[in-house]
Amino acid sequence: MACTAETLAAALRAAAAVIAEHRTELIDLDRAIGDADHGENLDRGFTAIVSALDAMAPETPETPAAVAKLAATTLISKVGGAAGPLYGTAFLRASVKLGDATEVDGPLLVEALRAALEGVQARGKAVGGDATMVDALIPAVSAAEEASGEDIVAILTAAANAADKGAESTVDLVPRKGRASYLGERAKGHLDPGARSTALLLRAFAEAAK
Amino acid sequence: MKKIINDPKTVVAESLRGLALAHADVLRVEDDPAIVVRVDAPLAGKVAVISGGGSGHEPLHGGFVGQGMLAAAVPGAVFTSPTPDAVEAAVKATTGDAGALLIVKNYTGDVLNFETAAELAAAEGLDVRSVVIDDDVAVKDATYTAGRRGVGGTVLLEKLTGAAAERGDALDAVEALARKVIGQVRSIGVALTAPTVPHAGEPSFALADDEIEFGIGIHGEPGIEKTPAVSADELVARMVEAVVSDLPFADGDKVLLFTNSMGGTPLVELYLAHGIAERLLAERGIVVERRLVGPYITSLEMQGMSLTLLKLDDELTELWDAPVNTPALRWGV
Repeated sequence: MACTAETLAAALRAAAAVIAEHRTELIDLDRAIGDADHGENLDRGFTAIVSALDAMAPETPETPAAVAKLAATTLISKVGGAAGPLYGTAFLRASVKLGDATEVDGPLLVEALRAALEGVQARGKAVGGDATMVDALIPAVSAAEEASGEDIVAILTAAANAADKGAESTVDLVPRKGRASYLGERAKGHLDPGARSTALLLRAFAEAAK
Repeated sequence: MKKIINDPKTVVAESLRGLALAHADVLRVEDDPAIVVRVDAPLAGKVAVISGGGSGHEPLHGGFVGQGMLAAAVPGAVFTSPTPDAVEAAVKATTGDAGALLIVKNYTGDVLNFETAAELAAAEGLDVRSVVIDDDVAVKDATYTAGRRGVGGTVLLEKLTGAAAERGDALDAVEALARKVIGQVRSIGVALTAPTVPHAGEPSFALADDEIEFGIGIHGEPGIEKTPAVSADELVARMVEAVVSDLPFADGDKVLLFTNSMGGTPLVELYLAHGIAERLLAERGIVVERRLVGPYITSLEMQGMSLTLLKLDDELTELWDAPVNTPALRWGV
């Protein structure tokens, strides 16, 4: 199957539900090494995405790119912090890559994921091993690329599985970006909240695509 | 969690309503996005100095909006930087032909959102510059961190650049002054207790009764080191050493000493600490020419304090003494 504007809108609604469900977990992860706002901020942003989709209903934007752009601008204008610009940029770059396609197939989806990763790295200047969301995204995009010949459910599932492992890897890292970096060695032993939320979002997309 | 609030989601909006009512003579609050602007904005012929960041650090930044200081402040959610459209709204509400200077504290979120806002404003033809304040000596190595945080020095930078803008300095000059101040201001902070972020509902970190966090920022994050609680003499000596040795400040330097409460430390302890700091600086031959003592850049109800030293010259002293009329700083008017 391919991904349409409707599918992506449904996936974003599913993602919003997952973020709401894990809001407290993300706040707790952030409290350990940062300022305890990650869960609250993402919940606010994804709730706003659902509101924006509701406001348009029963209309949906015509293309997946338009839905992704709606998500991007909503996250940028409602979230703040570091998560707003980083996730906003991810959706924006993905949207540009999706272009005017009305149906996104596997290879285009993989290209959009790659563009999202590159956008996040350009804005946040983080590389693998810095203990950030990039540690979930890099393996996710690699896994998606390896699965690019398969359907989008398989691609997203592969990405979500890899993101889970990538997020887990941040536990052993010393953060070099963001608020957690100020703690140095003290931040070791903690799961990075941004990597965790990235893994949660990819899992939500994979489940919604089924 | 016991707080005087209705709903964690409306804390900032309700607080801004009160700020606007309490200080209607110097500022007004615009909604959606929420910004705090000088009552006489937009400013004609003067550079608009604008700052902002997460709420929870009051009076920073809304309390410093007014004549001789900030043209606008952009409040984000508690401990969360504001969004680019809010910063852009503040620029548009205050900036005239003379342009605007954005004062950004060096936190990833603040830098990303203000950078984006500056690009948006520039795209509309407005002359907007940004400076990033990074005065926290606790953070040593930018290779392994996001770089030094902006802390207490922010208050002094806002006052000095605001005074320069008020007297009519051009944007180039105000920006150059900001870079000079950033080059010669240093801070260190300690926490005795953790704050509780309203939406999180529980304290940001755990500290035993006999422990303190040394080298903290302003967001309820742990410091660079957890150490045993010590006497005020010992604690302030360690803080003075950290700041003085960093620039380093030398025998004969004239300075402004800013002793700041993180919100929960009462003035009786703050003045006590200030007295120790002045004595220790005098012993090193460092001349304290100006002082600021009080809760000016806070972290909700966290107990703790920070010390900031700014190296003064005649120009900076004159700008510090220049009239200011804001909710939190007011003299000469």
